[in-house]
Amino acid sequence: MFLASLADLSRLQFALTAMYHWLFVPLTLGLGFIIAIMETFYVRTGNEFWKRTTKFWMNIFAINFAIGVATGIILEFQFGTNWSNYSWFVGDIFGAPLAIEGILAFFLESTFFAIMFFGWNKVSKNAHLISTWLVAIGTNLSALWILVANAWMQYPVGMAFNPDSARNEMVNFWAVLFSPVAINKFIHTVTNGYVLASIVVIGISSWYLLHKREEEFARKSIKTSAVFGLISLLVLIWSGDGSSVQVAKKQPMKLAAMEGLYKGQKGTPIIVAGILNPGKSVKDIADNPIKYESEDAFAFKIAIPQGLSLLVDRKTNTFVPGIEDILKGGYTYLDKDGVQKIAPPIEERMAKGKLAIEGLALYQKARLAGDEEGKDLAYSQLMDNFDHFGYGYIEKPTDVIPNIPLTFYAFHIMILLGMYFLLFFVITIYMEKQAIISKHRWFLYLAIISIPLVYICSQAGWIVAEVGRQPWTIQDLLPVGAAVSGINPDAVRTTMLLFFILFTALLIAELGIIFKVIKKGPGA
Amino acid sequence: MNSNIIKRIWLFYYDGFKGMTLGKTLWIIIVIKLFIMFFILKLFFFRGELSSYQNDDEKSRHVIENLTTTSKPKT
Repeated sequence: MFLASLADLSRLQFALTAMYHWLFVPLTLGLGFIIAIMETFYVRTGNEFWKRTTKFWMNIFAINFAIGVATGIILEFQFGTNWSNYSWFVGDIFGAPLAIEGILAFFLESTFFAIMFFGWNKVSKNAHLISTWLVAIGTNLSALWILVANAWMQYPVGMAFNPDSARNEMVNFWAVLFSPVAINKFIHTVTNGYVLASIVVIGISSWYLLHKREEEFARKSIKTSAVFGLISLLVLIWSGDGSSVQVAKKQPMKLAAMEGLYKGQKGTPIIVAGILNPGKSVKDIADNPIKYESEDAFAFKIAIPQGLSLLVDRKTNTFVPGIEDILKGGYTYLDKDGVQKIAPPIEERMAKGKLAIEGLALYQKARLAGDEEGKDLAYSQLMDNFDHFGYGYIEKPTDVIPNIPLTFYAFHIMILLGMYFLLFFVITIYMEKQAIISKHRWFLYLAIISIPLVYICSQAGWIVAEVGRQPWTIQDLLPVGAAVSGINPDAVRTTMLLFFILFTALLIAELGIIFKVIKKGPGA
Repeated sequence: MNSNIIKRIWLFYYDGFKGMTLGKTLWIIIVIKLFIMFFILKLFFFRGELSSYQNDDEKSRHVIENLTTTSKPKT
């Protein structure tokens, strides 16, 4: 039966709710700063035009915030119900960042949000401006903690596993907070929100220009957000480059799937665009090796020679392992302590993972029996193999390969759209400077079409991050099959349907209210 | 002095909520959404799987049992 596995159903439910949640979040992250910049213009110039402009975009911000607020809590419900093994296993790693997020969000948003919306003419201009900036900063800081938690799942550091409780305990908060994966992820994700918000502002403003309404409002909104968007996009590209270096070091299988790289080589080319050959299947590695070898990876491709080696190691002749290399092992890599090691084959990691799981079972048995010697022996067996713990649940080596087409296409859609947005911002700034933007209707239509494109780009980024790291909920330590709770799959199907209805209703409500506000215009 | 500040804060929020136009619709949506999430979904569909256990030790044993029994059914 389609999606009969409980793990698949729970994954689909989580993906559905996370993707809906992510429809609301990035606009809040970016629009907060655009509003703050516009209000700064108002406070500095005293020009009432900027106050009116700020208030209009603040309304769009409020609608998006109100509809989106708390949609992420549903994800936390799912952790406890669908992913109870995982929730317990991650221990306080998730608890601490999420508690900070909750406290920060509550205090910043309930205090400064109120001043931002209710405080016009009641507090001084400067106090209002500070509140607007603090709301923008606060929403971004809220995002920091959940992204730190997500980064830990991709690269678990700063913790120690406690075999008495089967929980990971945070031993180094700073290692978790400042892990290179977390830093890149945070910068990449929030700047994605800034770019998205900029394009939404440009798109909505273009609609006014198409209807020959509010020209000054539209043009100044376009100018402000295009400059903000371009700067953000440059930082986004820089952090994306940093992310690719981290992925190459910490999640080489994800990088191989992103690039459709089956066989590594020195001086690995980078795929700019391509169509994967559907005849090439990783299942054939074991089932039909002759067919596997005879099939090309791509039906069509445009590649830059040595590009991937240059990207991930800044050297043209670096060996980048492909899927087959990772399965077989034998290539060199740097471990968490920066020590160069030879990668073991996945089969060896599976054997070590089984030893680790057995060590945990023996430890628990000895603990309950009060057998101290047995406990020590079991503890050594567990901890000597703990880095491979999750591999003990893997049934065959190819199970550690994520969905290649989904990861590959999502990655390349994200990159190509990112390049398009770079061009789009440059053209927008040029046309606005030349005061010709209103005359080119094709461009105004393009700006409106760019709104759904930037949402697709943003979602594609998350698909790369999350599908690309499968089968792991926590990299190398816990695969989805072991993380999932033993609940009734029908309950998951029912709640999935309920979420779909609830979130779709919220989305329709948001779009309906936003369209109404846009139609009325900033003068209303 | 203190009661004056509390009164001013109260009036700030009271006037703010009273003067809302678009905000009223948004608050209605927020309240309905939170009601569905906490009083329907959380209460009837999302009871934590480990909440039936009395204490952390029992929860640990349950999870260790799950983690060390690799043939756990997944459907």
